[in-house]
Amino acid sequence: MAYTEDMANQRNTSRSTTGKTSRRTFLAVGGLAALALGAGGAWYRATHRQAPHDFALDGEARAALHAIAPAILDGALAHDPGRRQRQLGAAIDAVEAALRGLPQATQEEVQDLFGLLALRPARRLLTGVPTGWESTDIAHVSAFLQEWRVHRFGMMRSAYGALHDLVLGAWYAQPASWEAIGYPGPPRVPA
Amino acid sequence: MTGRIPDPIEAGLQRGWRTIDAATLEHDRTLEADVVIVGSGAGGAISAEILARSGLSVIVVEEGPLKSSRDFQMREADAYPQLYQESAARKTADKAINILQGRAVGGSTTVNWTSSFRTPQPTLDWWRRHHGLPYASNDELAPWFAMAERRTGVVDWLVGPNENNAILRRGAAKLGISSAAIRRNVQGCWNLGYCGMGCPTNAKQSMLVTSIPAALDNGATLVTRARAERLRLRGQQAEELVCSALGADGVLPSGRQLRLRARHFVVAGGAINTPALLLRSKAPDPRGQLGKRTFLHPTVISAAFYEKRVEGWAGAPQSVYSDHFLSQGPIDGPMGYMLETPPVHPLLAATMMSGFGEQHAAAMRDFAHLGGMLALLRDGFHEDSPGGVVRLRSDGGGELDYELNDYLWDGARRALLSMAEIQFAAGARTVQPAHEKAQRYRSWGEARREIAALPQRAHVTRVVSAHAMGGCAMSGDERRGVVDPAGRYRGLANVSVHDGSLFPTSLGANPQLTIYAIAARLASGLAAELTGRPAAALA
Repeated sequence: MAYTEDMANQRNTSRSTTGKTSRRTFLAVGGLAALALGAGGAWYRATHRQAPHDFALDGEARAALHAIAPAILDGALAHDPGRRQRQLGAAIDAVEAALRGLPQATQEEVQDLFGLLALRPARRLLTGVPTGWESTDIAHVSAFLQEWRVHRFGMMRSAYGALHDLVLGAWYAQPASWEAIGYPGPPRVPA
Repeated sequence: MTGRIPDPIEAGLQRGWRTIDAATLEHDRTLEADVVIVGSGAGGAISAEILARSGLSVIVVEEGPLKSSRDFQMREADAYPQLYQESAARKTADKAINILQGRAVGGSTTVNWTSSFRTPQPTLDWWRRHHGLPYASNDELAPWFAMAERRTGVVDWLVGPNENNAILRRGAAKLGISSAAIRRNVQGCWNLGYCGMGCPTNAKQSMLVTSIPAALDNGATLVTRARAERLRLRGQQAEELVCSALGADGVLPSGRQLRLRARHFVVAGGAINTPALLLRSKAPDPRGQLGKRTFLHPTVISAAFYEKRVEGWAGAPQSVYSDHFLSQGPIDGPMGYMLETPPVHPLLAATMMSGFGEQHAAAMRDFAHLGGMLALLRDGFHEDSPGGVVRLRSDGGGELDYELNDYLWDGARRALLSMAEIQFAAGARTVQPAHEKAQRYRSWGEARREIAALPQRAHVTRVVSAHAMGGCAMSGDERRGVVDPAGRYRGLANVSVHDGSLFPTSLGANPQLTIYAIAARLASGLAAELTGRPAAALA
């Protein structure tokens, strides 16, 4: 797969953290990983049966979102740790609420994705994240998201697209995010 | 501007409109009427008004909720889940195209951006010559366009465009590219800019405040939050429509069923949903055409940042267009495209903006200076533009498989170049196409070189659609369409299709007015046949 120069430059910081080996490993096993996507999701669904109305991510799946969202929202989240945690919690709740508005088939696809990310071997294969999600940093996550964005497999690109839209959509839907972007909110209409 | 906005839905309900919110049903129900109409959008509502005024008993069934101006709070977080198919996140099978379609009473007309175009002449000519539709001409359709424009209050929009639209006009003019004002279906518009979240002032003359109230005042019954599952067929007759009531969340079935019986059924669920219903019903399809040739006006996006504030969230969202690039070659030559602008609201802009992290956050900090431009690619006229195929996915819902091929990417590349050139001509500081490998370009020279070299690929190039069309093509030639020119589904004596799924190609313009006019014509023919008298006209 070909990266443009500027993308390689963008990735410089993260590459120093993840190292070139994990990136190459990840790219080499892309096909296998894509196959595993279905299996991981099926496993997650089989072990995490829940009524469709109560769609929620739990355990490692929720931990994955907790690790991924800060990379996507980097630059928008507050620096103060306490405030940052509250913002993240609200954003993740909003992601889950958004997921509940999707048709059942789409909810299952998203569960498949997070189910896969919750499985240790699949996580290592797909993301190069060696330890659990709890101890993953933004640089690691940013590095694999950059891979997924332009991955040669459409399935990985669409997984990136889903995370991008879910997390950023949930964030900017919240009035609390508007001041930072200079959006005054909707006008008042007497109703 | 003080006092309460009158709510015509609230007033109608107080007058005793017959409505059933299926989400509140405690038992299964069976209802009967002369005509059952699936869908309350542009095609269904116009048909309902004409049939009800003509003295027929009508039931309209809608999957979405009945919402009105008092519910329209101009917040994306509420509007998208409430008013759009799949929370505005409907996608093609490979997730490469995001499709916006309405899902509430009034259908997409409740949430569209009010752009009102008569069908372009070259498109009608093509339909007449290649799709066996003899009435596809301005002369034949003019009275129907006029009736629909009267009904939906289409006017020349004399208010100046907001800055986002002025950019298109200004940049195009500098380059000698023609542009013009878009006519809008509004009365007393406050120029707020939130058409896409439901009009909070009832200025937009959508089906929600025009034909639906007229049909209900003429005795029609409206069933909401009920999903049309299948037509039960016996031989050439549809006997009843089986619907699943949805639960309070409006997403999952509650377990209650409705059986709607009628002499005639009109399917108007919009492209994707209409062919999906007919597929679930196992409607006759001897040539395997049902769901095929579904078109989208695949749309690519260019963002630009200006010194001056743009505030693309405020003011009529679409008021200027350019069809210059639709007329640069033959209609069946390299793909042509229409240029328009989108409203710039936080959620929509943030999801369309490529990248993440600090790069994305930095772009969003310039939100007030962000202008957006759209190029709608005209699909369906070239042999390499066959459109997509509607299939049924595991939960029974319709899903569109639409392949983005080299013919289309050639158009996308030219469109991204055209938009960047116009944006720089209008004074953009930087231009960034919605593309995962694009940067913020600082000059037209840089943009021209870089955009020409961008790989065009599914997911990497951001592609969206707000105009799903086709899938139940109408044609005088049975080899070219499952529906005849009168709107009758071939092989079923009492089933018609009255929506955008009839189109044999895309249009090359926003579709609402074409759907109104064709539905009015077809519904008038149907009313005359069912009553033995001339049909009543729209108000």
